[in-house]
Amino acid sequence: MAYVARKIHFVGTTDTNPETRPFFDGAAEGKLMIRRCTSCKKAHWYPRELCPFCFGNCEWEQASGNAKIYTYSVMERANPPYAIGYVTLAEGPSMLTNFVETDLNALRIGQDVTVTFIKTEGDGPSLPFFTPVRTE
Amino acid sequence: MSLKGAAYIAGAWEHPTRKAPDKSIALLHAECARGALADAGLTKDDVDGYFCAGDAPGALGPLSMIDYMNLKCRHVDSTDVGGSSYQVAVGHALEAIAAGRCNVALITLAGRPRSEGQATGTAPRPGNPAAPEMQFEFPYGPATANLYGMCAQRHIYEYGTTSQQLAWIKVAASHHAQHNPNAMLRDVVTVEDVVNSPMVSTPLHRLDCCVISDGGGALVVTKPEIAKSLKRPLVKVIGVGESPKHQAGGEIDLTYTAARWSGPPAWEMAGVKPSDIKYASIYDSFTITVLLQLEDLGFCEKGQGGRFVADGNLISGVGKLPFNTDGGGLCSNHPANRGGITKIIEAVRQLRNEAHPAVQVRNCNLAIAHGTGGTIGTRHCGSTLILERE
Repeated sequence: MAYVARKIHFVGTTDTNPETRPFFDGAAEGKLMIRRCTSCKKAHWYPRELCPFCFGNCEWEQASGNAKIYTYSVMERANPPYAIGYVTLAEGPSMLTNFVETDLNALRIGQDVTVTFIKTEGDGPSLPFFTPVRTE
Repeated sequence: MSLKGAAYIAGAWEHPTRKAPDKSIALLHAECARGALADAGLTKDDVDGYFCAGDAPGALGPLSMIDYMNLKCRHVDSTDVGGSSYQVAVGHALEAIAAGRCNVALITLAGRPRSEGQATGTAPRPGNPAAPEMQFEFPYGPATANLYGMCAQRHIYEYGTTSQQLAWIKVAASHHAQHNPNAMLRDVVTVEDVVNSPMVSTPLHRLDCCVISDGGGALVVTKPEIAKSLKRPLVKVIGVGESPKHQAGGEIDLTYTAARWSGPPAWEMAGVKPSDIKYASIYDSFTITVLLQLEDLGFCEKGQGGRFVADGNLISGVGKLPFNTDGGGLCSNHPANRGGITKIIEAVRQLRNEAHPAVQVRNCNLAIAHGTGGTIGTRHCGSTLILERE
């Protein structure tokens, strides 16, 4: 299935939940920013101020952008079709995303993917998406 | 103190409509309320507790519907956990009755997504951006079908489950729906029909999905003394359990549902085990929903759901575990996109020996009605109800 990009719509603004603003600022610079707890040292997803494992304080860090596909589903009813999925980041947590710029029929669980950024419609923020790692 | 048997389901009624463009949602709720009260042999003046969820019209939980139906209540509850809300409501009604907070609890559900033309499973619906996950999920197009598709894909990967095995769940539902004059889909289908139907979101085909229907249902839950004073067969609530499951800070595992957690307290309270169950109502938004819940409730080992559902094992009179004998959400009805209450209603029919004769389970004295609300791909609640005929 040849890949056709779809329009990506954001909801709200980058100030809707003020403490997540650094995530969007990072994405604008091509950086995938995640949160890690200063107490239990675990990284989590989606970004929160208080650690969801221990309620400790967290700090921002730039993730490597390297991940593996945990699962996916290609919405063939949509026009154009698109692939939603969870990727497990090298840093630990899994996040919801779409797979882009790739043959959607060739996606496989366990496949290595890397982050890329796409700007959302209506002058919305850039967001992280994932695409298979090229192996040449 | 165990609350086993502290309440009975005295009234149950399912709206026969599947398309109601000329009726308001409030009217559908009220018709369901009237039907369930008449079924019980009670009147609206007997109601002193009202339970509803997010499908009830009005901004403030139960208030608009209580006003509309002109009820006089001393206990209300509008816990909204999607399609699982109604099993939760029965559990909460049982607790309220045991605590003396009400004697006759009315639970209603109604909606008309079919008349309103909702593309329920295939179009992402934006919610409040202040919901903390919304901005990190909605842009990726989480429609219902692809969130369940992801769960099916992972189950196939880990356990070798096949699309043909999933299809057997729809086949069983269709065998039951042929006997239900109100069912939306009454044609018996085959495994080939399911796997050859158009792909919606991989690996789920059109016939792996439930129907989109208008309608509703209602239940009347009472204290034991009242139930025993009525003329209907006695359906006792002997086990309840509820539990949410979510993304756990990013520690995702889509191979199981909240039924793994809502089931054990219900089994323990009831003092029974899966092999004792004669009839099972299992939430069926998609075929994969049924397969996961059967595993998580302990009807088979994790990963063996595909083998368990195959070859007609869920067909009444054929297999070991008759399920959703009204045709369920997969074939009959999924009112308001919430199938929890119809699961309970068919379990009550079975326990009263009032199911269609072609699907009635013989000597049906013990049934389970399990609900799932939300989406198992992100956040959902599981709610388990175990019912006994006395």
